[in-house]
Amino acid sequence: MTWAFDAALCALILGVAFATVLGRGVFRSIVFFIVYGLLMAVAWVRLDAVDVALAEAAIGAGLTGVLFLTTFGRLARNVSDDAAPGRFHLPAALACGGLTGALAWAWFAMPAPVRREWELPPAGVENPVTAVLLNFRAWDTLLESIVLLAALIGLWMMARDGDWGNRLGLPQHVRPGGVMAGFGRLLPPVGFLVGVYLVYVGADQPGGAFQGGTVLAAVGLVAAMAGLVRPPRIAAHRWRVALVAGPSVFLVAGLAGAVLGAGFLTLPEPVAGTAIFVIEVGLAISIAVTLVFLVLGPPEGERRE
Amino acid sequence: MADIATIAFTGLGLCFFIAGTIGLLRFPDVFTRLHALTKADNLGLGFITLGMLFQVEGWREMALLVLIWALTLLAAGTVSQLIARAALKDRSG
Amino acid sequence: MTVWLSFVALGVLASLAGALLRVWKGPGPADCMMGAQLVGTGGVAVLVLLAPVHGRGALDVALTLALLAALAAVGFVKATSADGAGDPEEDETPSPDRGPAGETSDG
Repeated sequence: MTWAFDAALCALILGVAFATVLGRGVFRSIVFFIVYGLLMAVAWVRLDAVDVALAEAAIGAGLTGVLFLTTFGRLARNVSDDAAPGRFHLPAALACGGLTGALAWAWFAMPAPVRREWELPPAGVENPVTAVLLNFRAWDTLLESIVLLAALIGLWMMARDGDWGNRLGLPQHVRPGGVMAGFGRLLPPVGFLVGVYLVYVGADQPGGAFQGGTVLAAVGLVAAMAGLVRPPRIAAHRWRVALVAGPSVFLVAGLAGAVLGAGFLTLPEPVAGTAIFVIEVGLAISIAVTLVFLVLGPPEGERRE
Repeated sequence: MADIATIAFTGLGLCFFIAGTIGLLRFPDVFTRLHALTKADNLGLGFITLGMLFQVEGWREMALLVLIWALTLLAAGTVSQLIARAALKDRSG
Repeated sequence: MTVWLSFVALGVLASLAGALLRVWKGPGPADCMMGAQLVGTGGVAVLVLLAPVHGRGALDVALTLALLAALAAVGFVKATSADGAGDPEEDETPSPDRGPAGETSDG
């Protein structure tokens, strides 16, 4: 019976993907994209990839949705949302179809996986995803965290010169005591706990720095949108420290590994677990702050029409 | 025994879910559809959660289920109010 | 038991498909957002139903989804307000000479 559920889920995902591309108007495509993220999170859980599902739920259904909708809100003031008919683009269709066919052939041509008891080499943590991300392939994760920072700096460069000293994003205002203000008071404490829990439990169970950091970013965004926390200026010292905390801790740990003789970014056996935890905390803080700033946008001045 | 309770509650929850979707599709107005969305769907989720309480093991998972339902209620209440206001402004503005 | 739970999950997916019809047809943006909200609630329901099969992980993902379910709708309501950063409950739209009304004051 479960195969019927899986088949229905696949059909739904494909249908939503088609609707996103062929949708009538930009707004409908955005909503379909959010729905697509939600369904993909369910699909990842079905495939037992819970870490990916957590990240997909937090980013695809949460942060990216807000980003698209805010962008659409700004565009809609200047651009009319008339439904542009989808045109059929033959080279793109051939390329996508060819890629899909090649992937399908590769999938079915692979030999059946042999069930074999295998164990990761001792890495200090039980969760294999965290072990790979932060111990065996730490180099990639370090560079990714720096890339995230670079993306934020690139976004800041889009501010007007005169606005550089202002606070990030549009000034938010809500009715005091209204529904949005109340929501901004109720949700962030619970969300903060959930985010911290996800970071903490990431060592042994699905979770980790990225997932927890994203949830923290989402609740921070709720607090900012409810007008309860004013976005800082770029020159704010504390926030700059929070931004670079992750990559710096990672670099320090890597250099410490080199100094102790194990090699750059190689964590020696006995301290691997603690080192991974410290790195995860730093990364979670940096990822949370970076993502919130990315969604809030560059510093803005008064609304100019 | 627990299985019978699960089957009963989840079946009831499914009925409410389907009723909510039918309401969303058939009601004539944004505001009436909001009723179907928030009331029927969250009641359906509540019944499904209640049914699944019998299936999970350990009090931690049970508390997690109740927390999930409470958060969904909070979200649904907020969203319904905000969307209703925005639709009202859209209509009159 | 698994058969029954799969059947209920299939039913929830069917009602999700119905909600997507509303997103497609919906004459206004509010209708699209309501369809998305229903998909969020339905997704949480499906994950709760998958909990016996996939264990704690499904419940964690359901918790994350429930937490962030309202985020897209709040963003939508903000985006369609008068200046992109307002609250639909404010009784007056902000005028340029007086500054935004009802701004919460904090450091």
